Amino acid sequence: MTTILEVDRLMKSFGGVKAVDGISFHVDPGEALGIIGPNGAGKTTVFNLITRFYTPDSGDIRFMGKSVTHLPPYRLARLGIGRTFQNLRLFKELTVLENITSAYLSGHRYSPFAGIFRTGRHSSVENNAQVKAWVLIEFLGLAGREHTKAGSLPYGEQRRLELARALAIEPQLLLIDEPGAGMNPREIQDLVTTLREAKKRFSLTIVMIEHQMGLVMNISDRILVMDFGEKIMEGTPAEVKKDRRVIEAYLGEEGPA
Amino acid sequence: MEQASYIAAQVINGLQLGAVYALIALGYTMVYGILRLINFAHGDIFMLGAFVAYFLISRFGMPLYLVFFATMAVTALSGYLMEKIAYKPLRNAPRISLLITAVGVSLFLEYFCSLRSIFTPDYIGFPRPFEMETYNFSPGGFEFSFTNVQALIFAITFSALVLLYLLVYRTKQGRAMRAVSYDQETAALMGINIDNTVSLTFMVGAALAGMGGVLYGIAYPQINVFMGIMPGIKSFIAAVLGGIGIIHGAVIGGLIVGVSEVIVSAFLSSTYRDGVIFVILLIVLLVKPSGIFGKRSDKV
Amino acid sequence: MRFFLESKKLMLLALGIYVILRLSFSFDIVSEYIEQITIYVFIVILAATGLNVIYGYTGQFSLGHAAFYGIGAYTSAYLAKTSGLENFLFFPAMILAGGLMAALVAYIIGIPILRLRDDFLGIATLGFGILVRVFLDNSDRISETLGGSRGFTGIARLTNLEIAFFVTVFLLLVTRNFISSRYGLFWRCIKEDETASASIGIDTARMKLMAFVYGCFLAGVAGALYAHLYTFLHPSNFDFLRSIDFLIIVILGGMGNIAGTIYAGLLWVGFIEGLRIVLPANIVDLRWVFIPLLLIVLMMWRPYGLMTKKKG
Repeated sequence: MTTILEVDRLMKSFGGVKAVDGISFHVDPGEALGIIGPNGAGKTTVFNLITRFYTPDSGDIRFMGKSVTHLPPYRLARLGIGRTFQNLRLFKELTVLENITSAYLSGHRYSPFAGIFRTGRHSSVENNAQVKAWVLIEFLGLAGREHTKAGSLPYGEQRRLELARALAIEPQLLLIDEPGAGMNPREIQDLVTTLREAKKRFSLTIVMIEHQMGLVMNISDRILVMDFGEKIMEGTPAEVKKDRRVIEAYLGEEGPA
Repeated sequence: MEQASYIAAQVINGLQLGAVYALIALGYTMVYGILRLINFAHGDIFMLGAFVAYFLISRFGMPLYLVFFATMAVTALSGYLMEKIAYKPLRNAPRISLLITAVGVSLFLEYFCSLRSIFTPDYIGFPRPFEMETYNFSPGGFEFSFTNVQALIFAITFSALVLLYLLVYRTKQGRAMRAVSYDQETAALMGINIDNTVSLTFMVGAALAGMGGVLYGIAYPQINVFMGIMPGIKSFIAAVLGGIGIIHGAVIGGLIVGVSEVIVSAFLSSTYRDGVIFVILLIVLLVKPSGIFGKRSDKV
Repeated sequence: MRFFLESKKLMLLALGIYVILRLSFSFDIVSEYIEQITIYVFIVILAATGLNVIYGYTGQFSLGHAAFYGIGAYTSAYLAKTSGLENFLFFPAMILAGGLMAALVAYIIGIPILRLRDDFLGIATLGFGILVRVFLDNSDRISETLGGSRGFTGIARLTNLEIAFFVTVFLLLVTRNFISSRYGLFWRCIKEDETASASIGIDTARMKLMAFVYGCFLAGVAGALYAHLYTFLHPSNFDFLRSIDFLIIVILGGMGNIAGTIYAGLLWVGFIEGLRIVLPANIVDLRWVFIPLLLIVLMMWRPYGLMTKKKG
């Protein structure tokens, strides 16, 4: 098996406007791919197409060699595609612990009967969920917050919780949408460390959309630049930084980091 | 030919009933558009309209055109008070408590009016304000007829629709209504007086329902304090069918509900009349959840 | 069994309540009317708990819960009557049949309509409630026994304190465990955010259907108990206003709060029936003028339910 994710000539338009215009790319196992591009370039739409929150107009998506284009979002998650959202989508009224265990339990079953009558299967799965959640809580520095409602956490911790929740489904591929949004340089630095460690520890493949150049250039093995729904170039961070088209289309606006 | 004439007659009867539903549905759709509230008490405003007209005609012998204006004034005032007293304090509460409050207001109006010292719990006859006349037509042997009552209902519903359109799309107040229904916070930032706009919406909706009540009394001259419940629910369903928040949607929805109800009564059994609405509603919602004229929204 | 041991305190409390009720019933401390109302309270709590699972926990707005209560009531009464097994021995089976029929109908209707959200789901379930009402009004065309709009008469009185109490307590415990299992967790996730739920692998359509079917099952069981308590059924017992009754109890008790539903069920039924006893005969008609006023005031005072001062 060579690639973990293969996106093949993906198209999506909204009311005549082409949001994603025949993009193709692939991600290798263990790799970190960064997607950058100006606002409205169609980056988040690509994520929503891969996780099937949008239905592609045409094109194919293959995960570990198999076409998954027709699968509903929850099946993709169970196959091992985790994601976070640009504007945080936590279960605000649920505790930190519940946010994480819900994700773990979606892939580790026991029957309603086992749940109601508290069978041995129920306790072993629930115990594993607690153990797994604790690993993630400690890993993301949320210890002491486990019984706090997600909605009352400070912003930075909410971001980390969303990452913990996505990791709790034990994904092979993690799609992260602007993890650095609204963070200060110090927090960004922590995030870089965390993501690097997570990648190693959970043998993750990462695809990340990010505006913060410091973050994306630091983590990515490869970078894909999008504009107007198309791929305008692809290369190592060093290559991308030098490319004139990229500087014009994107970096020129905000200045190189 | 006879069968066709019979169907035509039933369709006209259905449109008559549907036009009354349309008048009620307009108020539902406007209030829902602006507050996202299913105002269950709206059907009782319709009932109030019928009773006010009953008193104006039978006690004071008021001429019909004045009855319309006076009734609309009274129901508009009730709509205004209802909003100010019961709904406004809950503007920031969860929408479900607002809905329960609306049910409370509805029950209160029904049972309060059913007290013998107020109206009565019994059915009472609505006085005929004019003699009923039937006009017969037979173009090419195809016979159909309609009555002056039906002509009145169609004329009034149609004029109400036109006036409402002018209000909503041609006046400053109408623009404020649309702005508030689109986004309340932004509208407030733009300097629109939310309270006045909400009040106006309730008053216009209640006036239309009151008018519907008078017409209903004339067309189906048996009135009762609980007469608003089913027409109220059906009119809300009509508004959803047409696409909630959309004026012409409410009217078309009302007509669809009215016609299908009468057709089912005529050809199947009158006991099935309420059931058909659910079937239509289900089909429409499943094919197009936002209603016939509603806009689709596709966002994550 | 762990199921009971985990709730030792609750079981003791339940037994205590049962003994007190049994004694006051047996020694005629309370009138037969009060006895009937007491049993009715359990039934209402059970049905409202079903709605709480559907709406309070999973966020699926239903304005037609009474329809499933009615389906349970008519099914069990009809089965008992026509099978010739209208006796205490087979009563549990008849109750189960009522619940299962309500669950089956919920399953069939749920597959298409649960795709709708919020008020649209509310209006669809309201429409379904009207449809069931129309069906019950015309039920005598299918079988004379069902009685149509004249009502279903001559049902044996099989619901007593024991069966109503223990069925309700048992099902409340089942519900509590169901809710604290992964399924209840998923329901709460779905209520918060369906998109995020799908993103972590929750089969939202299936979980929503499960909550709906289970909640309607509880309503069906409650309906079966109701049928054999009052021995007479009329389509109007299961109309829109009854659905609203359950909704009021869920809201007053607090969304997603089983204990709250129990208190609110007791208070609401107690208040409505209490007024009937307390008010002098000449103003008993005023009851339904006071009740809605009280409801409006309650909603202003505690818009998040009686037990929650404000959100948070």
